[in-house]
Amino acid sequence: MKSFTYERVTTPAEAVAALAKHPNAKLIAGGTNLLDHMKLQLVTPGRLIDINGTGLDKIEPTPEGGLRIGALVRNTDLAADKRIKADYAVLARAIVAGASGQLRNMATTGGNLMQRTRCPYFYDTNLPCNKRDPGSGCSAFGGYNRNHAIIGISGNCICAFPSDMSVALNVLEAVVEVMKADGSTTLIPITEFHLIPGDELPVKEFALGKDEMITAVILPKPLGGKHIYRKVRNRASYAFALVSVAAVLQPDGTGRIALGGVGTKPWRSDAGDAALHKGAKAVADALLADATPTDQNRYKLTLAERTIAAVLASVKG
Amino acid sequence: MTKQKSDLIEVSRRELLAGGAASVAVVGTAAPLAAQADSPKAAIPSAHSISLTINGTQHSLTLDTRTTLLDALREHLHLTGTKKGCDQGQCGACTVIVNGRRINSCLTLAVMHEGDSITTIEGIGTPEKLHPLQAAFVKHDGYQCGYCTPGQICSAVAMLGEIKAGVPSHVTGDLAAAPNLSDAELRERMSGNICRCAAYPNIIAAIGEVAGVKA
Repeated sequence: MKSFTYERVTTPAEAVAALAKHPNAKLIAGGTNLLDHMKLQLVTPGRLIDINGTGLDKIEPTPEGGLRIGALVRNTDLAADKRIKADYAVLARAIVAGASGQLRNMATTGGNLMQRTRCPYFYDTNLPCNKRDPGSGCSAFGGYNRNHAIIGISGNCICAFPSDMSVALNVLEAVVEVMKADGSTTLIPITEFHLIPGDELPVKEFALGKDEMITAVILPKPLGGKHIYRKVRNRASYAFALVSVAAVLQPDGTGRIALGGVGTKPWRSDAGDAALHKGAKAVADALLADATPTDQNRYKLTLAERTIAAVLASVKG
Repeated sequence: MTKQKSDLIEVSRRELLAGGAASVAVVGTAAPLAAQADSPKAAIPSAHSISLTINGTQHSLTLDTRTTLLDALREHLHLTGTKKGCDQGQCGACTVIVNGRRINSCLTLAVMHEGDSITTIEGIGTPEKLHPLQAAFVKHDGYQCGYCTPGQICSAVAMLGEIKAGVPSHVTGDLAAAPNLSDAELRERMSGNICRCAAYPNIIAAIGEVAGVKA
């Protein structure tokens, strides 16, 4: 790990001011992702700004009938909250489908949103990776890419976005509350928060500006319906998704659905939701019409359709 | 003679570690090794002073900011019961309990824990007075090499608290109901602790007995 200086801040305004003051600084909350990267020198901040004391650890009702989840609410506390379990079960289910008990006790809501890829080539500093070393190339093309994304990819990057929580937040149409460098607040719909590489190098992953920080995630009022998070992985626990499905399904056959494990961001579309009454194949076709899988990860097309079928079947009868 | 020799080997191994890794070449105020105490404080690129309560005893330390909680415990306070396995949050050998919660001590910096109360395996039980989970691990043969055991036990102690507090897991059926005490729940909740010897059936038997899982 490279040497760095360290400070604690007590308000979000102090945190963004400290970011502006120190060009090579990073915020640290749970640290479960950042410290891993620092040990491998994938990122080498010169200063860490510890935001754990900023008081953003509460879940509060909003005037609109939803909930405002502070950016520092730990994954365990979010999944165990009575209101989340009762009204936003898809979120509780997604959270407990990810990581381990120890990690969920550390990981925060804001940090989980900004979780970075688990692509092995991103972690291996001996090999090219456009995300780690922009312009060096993508080792996953032509490499081992069974676990990689099949949609939202580009010629520069095919890594899958790993967060389960964010897939559930997409179907709930959460809003990310961000403090800007001048201390003002802006709101970003979750569907616009995670970015796909497009024609650019895959450097900009989040719609978060320099010197900005996430302060909360806001859930709209409850949707009702049945909440399901179904995750398929290589082992029964503590593994990233090959394919996951988050869904909120209403008695009249309408609903919302999003996929994890297949895209460079959580994957949801109006066409996917609109196809729900036509069955799993129609939903999968609508969501994944633009997929360009490799020979190794083509199975995700079939797996996605079958996982959607299992989700739809689970609410019948 | 044999014991003296092994002590010598132990010291030289630690000195080697202290010299080889930047994060441990730091002045620890709690009984530092001679080699460490001699190193000038100016050599620490970025030092930070903190106070931790570990197993009920307060410790003041001046550490390189890079020092993980795990390295602070093992290399500076010489509480070597907590083990370093993968050092990247995947194996659970480094599990300790911070303010009542189990965490991976390898994935957190010591400086982030000013004022925190930390329980390590040394604070769970002693050879003379085993914690019920330790006794159950012995009874059920819940290990072979034993390297993961301190992490397994710290994890299990806090995990049973999580069940009592109503924290759901991936295998919890009804989110509105209190989680069941079942083998399936225990297995899922302990998935962050890897056992290379695969003593899992016996680990679950030991935890299940203490938790009151009906056979």
